[in-house]
Amino acid sequence: MLGTVFLQSANFVDAAYILAFILLIYGMTGLTGPRTAVRGNQIAAVGMAIAVIATLLRNGEFHGSGTVWLILLGVAIGTAIGVPAARNVKMTAMPQMVALFNGVGGGAVALIAWVEFRHHFGGDWPLRSEVFELFGAIVGSISFWGSNIAFGKLQEILPGRPIKLPGQSLINLVLLLVTVASAIAIAAGTHSQALFILGILVAAAILGNMVVLPIGGADMPVVISLLNAFTGLSAAATGVALGNSVMIVAGMIVGASGTILTNLMAKAMNRSVPAIVAGGFGGAVAAPVGGAGSEGGTVRSTSAQDVAIQLSFARLVVIAPGYGMAVAQAQHAVRELERALEAKGVEVKYAIHPVAGRMPGHMNVLLAEADVPYDLLKEMDDINPEFSRTDVTLVIGANDVTNPAAKNEPGSPIYGMPILEVDKSSAVVVLKRSMASGFAGIDNPLFYDPKTSLLFGDAKASVSEITAEVQAL
Amino acid sequence: MDRLVTDLAVLVLAGFVGYTVISKVPNTLHTPLMSGTNAIHGIVVLGGLLLMSQSNGILEKVLLVIAVAFGTINVIGGFLVTDRMLGMFKAKDPPKAADVDAKDES
Repeated sequence: MLGTVFLQSANFVDAAYILAFILLIYGMTGLTGPRTAVRGNQIAAVGMAIAVIATLLRNGEFHGSGTVWLILLGVAIGTAIGVPAARNVKMTAMPQMVALFNGVGGGAVALIAWVEFRHHFGGDWPLRSEVFELFGAIVGSISFWGSNIAFGKLQEILPGRPIKLPGQSLINLVLLLVTVASAIAIAAGTHSQALFILGILVAAAILGNMVVLPIGGADMPVVISLLNAFTGLSAAATGVALGNSVMIVAGMIVGASGTILTNLMAKAMNRSVPAIVAGGFGGAVAAPVGGAGSEGGTVRSTSAQDVAIQLSFARLVVIAPGYGMAVAQAQHAVRELERALEAKGVEVKYAIHPVAGRMPGHMNVLLAEADVPYDLLKEMDDINPEFSRTDVTLVIGANDVTNPAAKNEPGSPIYGMPILEVDKSSAVVVLKRSMASGFAGIDNPLFYDPKTSLLFGDAKASVSEITAEVQAL
Repeated sequence: MDRLVTDLAVLVLAGFVGYTVISKVPNTLHTPLMSGTNAIHGIVVLGGLLLMSQSNGILEKVLLVIAVAFGTINVIGGFLVTDRMLGMFKAKDPPKAADVDAKDES
């Protein structure tokens, strides 16, 4: 009996919460290195489990036995959906998965806020809880709908190009004003709170849709990261409203990490976050640069055999992979090629642009899946000085991140974006399916460079062919 | 009122801790970091658990069950997928390389 009382006491729960957020933070510090990361993630998961169990214990008496079953029902549904999704998702589809998981988190925040308001209508709810819960309702709802649109775009259910209405910014502004005004009306204690809270949720939902729809597919990872930060902040706000310390800490960690990642990504693409959110980038800007590219002359195509000879007699080969490689499922073939070259005494390194793939670090995951050791993966700042002593750079399915226009053509939409300086190496071989432009819809002068040769065809087939030729030499 | 001050202090300090810890994460691990922190904001599931015992009426119960389900997807899915990703990262150490070779031969 005494034990039960102790387990349900506020002190015990608070202590468990402190333990939980220590584990969450400690787990996150594990993520600073690939060696400790697996354990770090598991430690964070244990922290989360402790927080959940402590909360259930605090609930203790469970007014009405139905509660237990309802909680179990929710957890069962969540597990039944979440576990298979996490198990089966392809690594290439990771950005969509993160968007989806982020969206449901935001949705949970919004729903919780809604229920909180229903409880406290006309009651004596402290203003501070109200204000924070309103913040949660608005941001959670934006995050839910915005993430779903982002998912739709990445999954190609929705067109990736920007969808824009005339007067879009004005509409967004009006929606934002409606949301904030309703929030103020509620906080000021209007009599039709029930109506206003629904109004807020709906307006924020439309806003979430409207903000993400005009953003082009190439910018989607930044949006997901931003929405991730939003969901974190809204979870922290819910924590303040409910007076729950572990929610505050966990939410703020996510808020901080999302903010850092958003800024890093925006910097790697040389775009400002507000400009990205304003939308319209990608798909509509190819025309002027296309003209500049075509005057550069013709492209030189090559054969797998020639590439194999070129590679085999090189001292240093750098592979610059892009999302196209992952789409062609060529990672394993690339790994085989790397081994074949290493067997011939050629040094092979991978050049990873911070936004290679569809989210930061995505390429690392895709290559790790193909058993490429992470010490061969070089970050942009480390590999760029090495290109001048690189004999052959093999560009596989990457385009925009190798585009020298980002350095040389002030008129280019990607001008100023940091790139992999592959054009500095002695020779460049680009594996491409066709002459179509990259994800951002911009022409690439690299292809017209005299020292560049192109090998057309499916990346996986081409790489396997090169490997076979290398082994035969 | 002092509860608010304490909570805000926790909020601000947690923000700093988060910023410091996350700044140290290398580019290599940014995707797992994003999905890992994504799992962490599933902490909102606690809100659903706390409110469940106070809920009245069918609408609130339905909303909370959905909220708990959403939160659970977020937490469980997020941690699992992060674990899966991180499990793939391998170094080129001698012992691990031996493992890989052994697998190849079999």
